[in-house]
Amino acid sequence: MTDAALTGTAGRPSAMSARVQVALVLFALFALFPPVVIALDDPFLILIGTRILAYAIAAMALDLILGFGAMVSFGHAAYLGFGAYAVAVLSSFGIHDIALQILAAMAVSALFALVTGAISLRTRGVYFIMITLAFGQMAFFFFTSLSAYGGDDGYALSQRSTLFGMDLLRSNTVFYYATLGLLMGLFALCHLIVRSRFGRVLTGLRENRTRMQAIGFPPFRYQLTAFVISGCLTSVAGVVLANQAQFVSPAFMSWHRSGELIVMVVLGGIGTLSGAIGGAVAALLLEEFLGAVTEHWRLYFGIFLVLMVLFSPRGITGLVQQIKGSRR
Amino acid sequence: MSRLQVTNLCKSFGALKVTDDVSLDVAPGELHAIIGPNGAGKTTLVAQLSGEMRPDSGRITLDGRDITRMPMPQRVRMGLARSFQITQILPAFTVLENVALAVQARRGSSFRFFAPAAEDTGLNGAAMATLREAGLDDRAGVRASALSHGEHRRLELAIALATEPQVLLLDEPLAGVGGEEADAFVARLAAMKGRFTMLLIEHDMDAVFALADRVSVLVYGQIVASGPPDEVRSDPAVRTAYLGEEESA
Amino acid sequence: MMNLLVLQLLNGLQLGVLLFLIAAGLTLVFGIMDVVNLAHGVLYMVGAYFIATFAAMTGSFWWGLLLTVPAAIAVGLILELVVIRRLYDRSHLDQVLATFGLVMIANEAVKIVWGTSPLAVPMPELLSGSVPLMGPLQYPVYRIAIIASGLAMAGGLYLVINHTRIGMLLRAGATNRAMVSALGIDIGKLFAIVFTLGAVLACIAGALVAPILSVDTGMGESVLILTFVVVVIGGIGSIRGAFLGAILVAVVDTLGGVFGPILLRSVLDPSAAGQAGRMLAPMLIYILMAALLCVKPDGLFGGRG
Repeated sequence: MTDAALTGTAGRPSAMSARVQVALVLFALFALFPPVVIALDDPFLILIGTRILAYAIAAMALDLILGFGAMVSFGHAAYLGFGAYAVAVLSSFGIHDIALQILAAMAVSALFALVTGAISLRTRGVYFIMITLAFGQMAFFFFTSLSAYGGDDGYALSQRSTLFGMDLLRSNTVFYYATLGLLMGLFALCHLIVRSRFGRVLTGLRENRTRMQAIGFPPFRYQLTAFVISGCLTSVAGVVLANQAQFVSPAFMSWHRSGELIVMVVLGGIGTLSGAIGGAVAALLLEEFLGAVTEHWRLYFGIFLVLMVLFSPRGITGLVQQIKGSRR
Repeated sequence: MSRLQVTNLCKSFGALKVTDDVSLDVAPGELHAIIGPNGAGKTTLVAQLSGEMRPDSGRITLDGRDITRMPMPQRVRMGLARSFQITQILPAFTVLENVALAVQARRGSSFRFFAPAAEDTGLNGAAMATLREAGLDDRAGVRASALSHGEHRRLELAIALATEPQVLLLDEPLAGVGGEEADAFVARLAAMKGRFTMLLIEHDMDAVFALADRVSVLVYGQIVASGPPDEVRSDPAVRTAYLGEEESA
Repeated sequence: MMNLLVLQLLNGLQLGVLLFLIAAGLTLVFGIMDVVNLAHGVLYMVGAYFIATFAAMTGSFWWGLLLTVPAAIAVGLILELVVIRRLYDRSHLDQVLATFGLVMIANEAVKIVWGTSPLAVPMPELLSGSVPLMGPLQYPVYRIAIIASGLAMAGGLYLVINHTRIGMLLRAGATNRAMVSALGIDIGKLFAIVFTLGAVLACIAGALVAPILSVDTGMGESVLILTFVVVVIGGIGSIRGAFLGAILVAVVDTLGGVFGPILLRSVLDPSAAGQAGRMLAPMLIYILMAALLCVKPDGLFGGRG
C-alpha cells in the first residue's frame, strides 16, 4: 500500500493547497498594500484596508459554521459588538492591552454563543435562521440601552489599544500589519480545524446528518463547539474594528451587519475559508466604489444581490458547489 | 442470553399499526433474517432498533441492557450498527474518508482540532482494512458520489463494519444489486457470519435462504412465522400470506 | 398603578394585533412555502408610505386606506412573480440573500421616492380624541379602533382558514405540502395567493399604525425581528400560534418596559433598578422566546421542525 492510498487524498491535495494558495496570494497583496498607499499619499486608505482585514477575519470565522457546518447564523454581528465593547469597557477601566481585550471579548462571546447556540441548535432550517437573528437583536438592544457607554450614540475611545504595554499600534501602518498578522494566524488556525478530526465531523454533519448519527456522532455537541469557536473568532474582528474606528456603537451589531457578513462569505464561495477573505474584500470594495459613485449604493448592492441569486442556475450556493465539484 | 432482544414492540402512525406487538431475538453470532412483503413495516422496525425512531411501547435490549430510549449515536457506540436501505453516504468525501470517519467515531476523541485527519495513519489503516473486506480498496481515493450503485451498497456495508459493531442491522443490503455483483455480495455476507450477530432484512429470497440461521416473516407489522429457513419456507401460512404474493407479483 | 396597568395592557393589545397582522402572512409563507422572507417588514413600511401618499393626494385618511389595498395587492403580486416565486426550490441561504437584497433595495428606494425625513399621516377626524375608560383614565379612540379592526381581521382570517376551501388548503399546506400537490391543486397559484394575502395584511398594519407613528425607513426593521419572535413562539405555519404569540410578545414588551423597573425596585435600590430595568426590558421577549424554546422547540403550535 502506498502512502497516497493510505492517506487517501488522491485528487484532493490540489484542492487543499488551492485554498492555501489563494490565501497566500491574498496575504501577499495585503502585505503590499501599505507601500502603495504611501506612494499614493492617501493615508486614509490604510484605515479602509484595516477595516477590510477585520471583516475578512469575521467572514472567515462565519464560514467555519456557514460553509463547513451548514449553520446559517444570522446573528453573527453580535460577536463583532462583543469584541468592540470589550475594548470600550476594558479601556474605560484603564486596561488598554489588546491581548487582554481579545481574551475578554472571546470569553464573553464564548458564553453568549454557548447559551444561544445551545438553544438555537435544538432547531434547524428556517427556525435556526430566525432564532440566531433574534438573539443577535437581543445583544443589539442590550448595548443600545447601555447608557454608561453612550447607548444608541456609541462611545468614543480615548486611545488605541496597546500591545504588551507598548504603544506600537498607534501607527496606522503598524496596526494594519498587526491585523494582517491576526488574519494570517486565524486563517492557519481555521485551516487546521477544518482538516482535523473535528473538522471532518463538522463537514460530515453538513453532508449527511443521518449518516453521521448512524456511525455514532451526536450532532449537537460538535455543532455547538463549532458555533462557539466561530463566535470567539468573530469577536477578534470586533476588537480590531473598535480600534480602527476609535469608536464603538450598537451599529456594529445591527442585523444588517450580520447579513453583510453572510454576503461576504457567499460572494467568495462558501466552505473555502480563503473565499470568505476574498468575499470580504470584494464586498467592501464594491461598497466603497458604489458609495463613491452614488449615495444610494445600497440600492445597487441590493439589486446586485437579487440578480446574483436569481440568475445563477442553482443559486449562489449551488454555483459554488458546482465550481467546487468540477474542481475536485 | 440473546444479544439483541425485542419484546412486545408497538408503533403506530395514526390508526396504522406499523409495528404490532413484535417480539424477536437474535442469539450471539446468529444471522436472523426478516422477510415480508412491501409495506410490512420492516424498515420501520429497523428504525426503532437503531434508534432513529421511538417505539410507542415495548422494550429493546442489547446484551441485556435496555436501549429502548437510547439515541442512535449512543447505540452505535455500544456496538449496534446499521446499514440503510437507501444509501446514506457523505457524497463530497472520498470512499476512504467515509470509512475513516466511522473508524474515528469508534476510536479516540473527535475533539482534536489541529492534527490533519487525512494523515492519521491509525484511522486510515483500519479504514483500508475494512475497504478490502468490502472489495472497495481500489476505489479508496474516489469521491463517494462518483461510485456506481453496486459500489455504493458495498460502501454502505463498509461504513457499518468500520464502527466495529457486535450487532449489525442490515436493511436490504442487496437493494438494486443484481447478477454477479449480488452473488459476490452474498459471499461477503456469508464470510462475515459468526463474526457478527446480524439481523438481515432482505427481499432477495435466494440470499435469505442461503444465509439465514433463522427466518421471521413480518406481515402488516406482525410476525406471522419464525423458525429455521426450511421450516418457514414450507409453512403453509407463510406461503399464502407472503411467498404466494411475491410469486404472483 | 392599576390605571397604568390597564393603559399598558391596552397598548400591548394594540401592538399585539398589529404584530399579528404582520406575523400571519409571514408564518404562512414560512409554513407553506418554506421560504425565509426577510423583506416582510418592508411591506409594513411600504403600507405606511402608501397611506401617507394617498391620504395627502386625496386629502382623506379613508380614501388613503382604501387606495392602499389595491396598491398592496400589486406590490405583493409583483414581488411574488418577480422574485419570491423563483426562491421556492432554493436553499434557505439563497432565500436569505435574495430577500436581504430586497430589504436593501426597498429601504433605499423609499428614501429616493419619499426622502429621508419622516412623514406624518393625519388622524381621521372621526377617530381623533379620547374616550374616558375608568375613573380619570382616558384612552385614544384611534388606538381602540386599531384594536377593534385588528381583532375583526383576525376573526375574518380565522373564518377563512377554518371554514373555506382555500383555508383548508392552507392548513393542509402548512403541515404537509406533498399532500396539497397530491390533491391536484395549482401550487403556483396557491403560493401567489398566500404571499399576496400576507403582503396585504402587512401593508394594512403599516397603514393603520401610520397616524400614531412617524413614517420612516427604519420602521420595518424593528417590526421584522419582533415578528420573527412571534412566529418562532407561535410555531411556524400556525395562525393560532401567531395570534397568541403576537399578543404575548406585545404585552410582555409593553409591560416589561414600564413594570420591569418597578418590580426590580423591590429588590434593588431605585437608581440601580431603573438602570437594570432599562437594560432588561428590551431583552425580555428574547428571554421569553429562549425559555419557550427550551420547553417546546417547535413553538406553541408548531407541528414541524
